[in-house]
Order: sequence, then structure tokens, then C-alpha cells
Amino acid sequence: MSIIEVDHLTKYYGKARGIIDVSFEVEEGEIFGFIGPNGAGKSTTIRLFLSLIYPTSGNAKIFGKDCIKYGPEIRQEIGYLPSEVFYYEGMKVLDLLKYSASFYKKDCTKRLFELADLMELDLKRRIDDLSYGNKKKVGIVQGLLHSPKLIILDEPTAGLDPLMQQNFFNLIKEENQAGATVFFSSHILGEVQRLCNRVAIIKEGQVIKLQDIKTLQKDNYKKIRILADDLDQKTFDLPGVTNLSREDGALSFFYKGDINQITQAISKLQLQDVVIEEPTLEEIFIHYYE
Amino acid sequence: MNIFLHELKSYLKSVGIWSLANFLIILVYFSAFNTIALEAVQLEEMLSSFPQELLIAFGMNDMNFSSVLGFFGVVFLFCQICLAIQASNYGFSLVSIEERELTADFLLPKPISRGKILTAKLLAAFLALTITNLAVWASSFLVINLNRDGRTYDVQTLVLILSTIVIFQLFFLSAGVVISLLMRRVRSVIPLSMALAFGMYILNVFGTMVGEDKLEIISPFRHFDPNTILANGAYDLPLVMISVAVIVVAIPASYILYGKRNITAAV
Repeated sequence: MSIIEVDHLTKYYGKARGIIDVSFEVEEGEIFGFIGPNGAGKSTTIRLFLSLIYPTSGNAKIFGKDCIKYGPEIRQEIGYLPSEVFYYEGMKVLDLLKYSASFYKKDCTKRLFELADLMELDLKRRIDDLSYGNKKKVGIVQGLLHSPKLIILDEPTAGLDPLMQQNFFNLIKEENQAGATVFFSSHILGEVQRLCNRVAIIKEGQVIKLQDIKTLQKDNYKKIRILADDLDQKTFDLPGVTNLSREDGALSFFYKGDINQITQAISKLQLQDVVIEEPTLEEIFIHYYE
Repeated sequence: MNIFLHELKSYLKSVGIWSLANFLIILVYFSAFNTIALEAVQLEEMLSSFPQELLIAFGMNDMNFSSVLGFFGVVFLFCQICLAIQASNYGFSLVSIEERELTADFLLPKPISRGKILTAKLLAAFLALTITNLAVWASSFLVINLNRDGRTYDVQTLVLILSTIVIFQLFFLSAGVVISLLMRRVRSVIPLSMALAFGMYILNVFGTMVGEDKLEIISPFRHFDPNTILANGAYDLPLVMISVAVIVVAIPASYILYGKRNITAAV
């Protein structure tokens, strides 16, 4: 079953572009990455899911129900962590979390304390006095305390130290294994790569690629680095070779195509060293943005 | 209910301050009543040499300094200004505060409709205003009875004057809400509420100076002018209906506007 179905969703802010004709589906139980640079339309898409804003055309369904018409109902099962942290002036952490919990039908008290403990959150402090990273933790706990079926994360890791990021990722993985579907928006590819099953790349308001993360890495490109005697750049002037560059006497490039062709070309050389590896998502990503 | 209580809690401090302010205005001004009432004849003579426009600006035209309610009318005008600023403040910040402080990103993704959010917020603001309203009632009766020094006054007329507060507050509350929702972003509440409250006050003053009913008929300061109520012993009903009409239009309009509003991310 599809948890999220996005159907030709378009949003303009007056004349300014938000997103244009975005369609994709997120299946139950997957961790879906949504990547793109700032201003590409990631937050716009998420705000449409939560009916914080309304589409210009098209629609989105969550749990099979229109996310505007059945907004309050479906939001019972959505946990959202916004990219910007928020607070009510003068409120203590515990008060805010209890306030957050009071919106849900189920009793969230136990989970609230578990999560606060896991994120090492001091419940007695005033939110105003917390550092950015600690406010972010409050955001994480309030987004997860009702054990939602769909977790929507909008650039969640900014401001968290590496150790906390690790905790956070483990938490998300646990939630996922317990059955939650995760929609993960980010511009940091490393974390998407670590966590996600599938990924959509959004550029200037349009989804330009939708792929299994393994396919994205494996089937397309190889990253090759060669160190050899009498290395001539022209040797690799072959179809499928891109981003050819020379650095410290070594040649490196991306290759897409029949792997035998490239190994034959390499075998003619007197090699000192060769590295053939998967490009990182980062490198693939830059390729899509060229 | 949770939003209502949360909102109400956030009003407590402000309600305390505004109630105290109103009490002090009534206390300080009305304490002077006895002294002034004794010299009322000389004072009225002196004031009659002042330009009429100046007297109108401070609500001191056709004022009777020797009568309890005549004097109270001027004091009440100062309370009205306070009440207008308070209600406008609550109105302008009612929903805009969530966008300004990014708490909309917390509240709106919760499983609750915007209509219910607005209802809870309006009720909490109205209750907060009502507490201040009651404080004005209590202060008025208390201070008048402490200072009237045996002079009598018509309780019914005082009740008539004080009863205007509820509609007066609702006017500024609902106008504030609907104006804030017509704006793309409310950056700062105080200048707006000052402009609305004093704008309406000045409209009424100019109207009285010129002596014609034009733009000033939209001002609640005109609809609920204590001197007029004193003079007639009754409300000017058609004018009161204008205030009521503004409220009746502004509140449903707020629901429609809020329901359609795009809550964009922080800039």
C-alpha cells in the first residue's frame, strides 16, 4: 500500500515557483529520501502534505486520503519535525511535550519519557534557554512521541552533534523497523545514503530522478582512478567517460557503459595503481545538477 | 480545550497588567473628583475660555464637573483607549504570533482543524478581555463609591456605560484578527494596534469637531461615547449596530481567511 501518493502536485506562491507537477509514491515501510539544494521545493512539498499551504493544482493523498480534506484525521498518525525549531515563550520542555501529547488520542506519556531519555533531554529547562541543538531534540521528541505511522523529517540533523545524529538515525531506523514509514528531506547526501531505501531528487521545483538508492549508485556509474606510466588523457576519450580529470599524475573519471570496454582500455596500460569504486551519492548528485 | 487553556495561560500576565492599568486610571483621575467638584463653577468658566477643539480632543466638551457620572465620563474615555489597545493587541497577534514565532509549524501539523484552533483562540482571548472588563466594572463601582462624598448618581446609567465594554472589546478584537489575516505577514503587533485604537479615537474627535457624521461613524468611540449615553440615558442604537455589524462580518471572515491561509516557512 502507498502511504503517500503525490499526483501532479503544483504550488506557486503568486508568480514564484514552489513545485511544478510533482508526482511520486512512497510505499509502506520504506525510508524515502527527498533530496535537493535549498530552495528546490522540499519544504514546499512537505508543507503541502501537512496542509500548512494549499496546492495550486494536483493533490496529495496520505494513507489513501486527501491530505486537505481529511487533514486533522490523517495527522493523528503523522509525526513532523520541521527544519526550523519553534517554541512558546516561557514554556518548559516538559510542558511543551505534554501540550504536544495532548493533541493525540492515545496516551503518549511513556513514550515521551523514553524518547527524552534517549535524546538526553533535560525536561525541566525552559525552551528559550536551550541551545539550537537541544531545541532540535525537543522537536524530535514532540514529533515521535505519539508513535506515528508516517514520520516526516525536514532537514532534521542540522544542529545535532555527530553522536546525537547517530542516536537520531538509530531511533529513526527503530521506528522504521517497528512499521513506520519515513519521509526524509535533506540536502546532505551522506545521511540519505545511510538511511534511505529510495530517493527522489528535486531540482528547481521538479522531481528529476526517482530511484532505488542501490540502483542509483550501482547501475549507473563507476568512479575510476588510474595511476600509470606514460598516461595519456586521450586513451580514455571513449563513449561513456565523463568528468575526466588529471591530478597528481593520476587520471580520474566516471564511466557508464559496458564494463569490459573500459577494463580492456585499462589493461593496455602499464599500471601502478587502479581504483574502481561506486561514486558517492554526492558525486552522482552533482552530476544531476550540472 | 488544550489550546484554549494554553492560550488562556499565556494571557494571564497581560490581563493582570491591563486590569491594573485600568484600575489606576480610574483611581487616580477619580480621586481628584471631590476637589474639582467643589470648584466646578470656576473650572467650567475657565474651560469655557479654552478653544472648543481642545476640549473635544479630551472629551471635555459638554462636561459636568459637579456630577459624579459627568466626571466619570471623561475617566471612562481613558479606560476605553486602554481597552481598545488591549483588544487590538490580542486581535492582531491572535494567529500572527504563531507565524512570527514559528509555532505554527508546531501547532498546525497537529491533528486539529484550523477552525477549531481559531475557535479556541478567540474564546481564550475573549475570556481574557472579559476578566479585564470585570476589573473595570469593579474598579468603577469601588472608586466612585469611595470618592463621591455623599453625592448621588444613577446606578442604571453607570451600568449602561459599563455594559458597552463587551461590544467595544469585541470590535477591536475581531477587527484586529481579520486585518492580520488580510496581511501577508504581521511583523510587529504594537504599531498596528496603536494605529487601530488611536486611529478610531482620532476619527471620533475630528468628527465631533467638524460636527458632521461621516467617516467617524465607523468608530466605536463614537458608538459608545459616554457623554452621549449620559445625555440621553440610552444608547444610540443605529450606531451600536454598526459595531455589531463589524463584529458579525469580521469573525466569519476570519474563519474563511484562516482556513485558506498559506502558512509559508520562515523567511
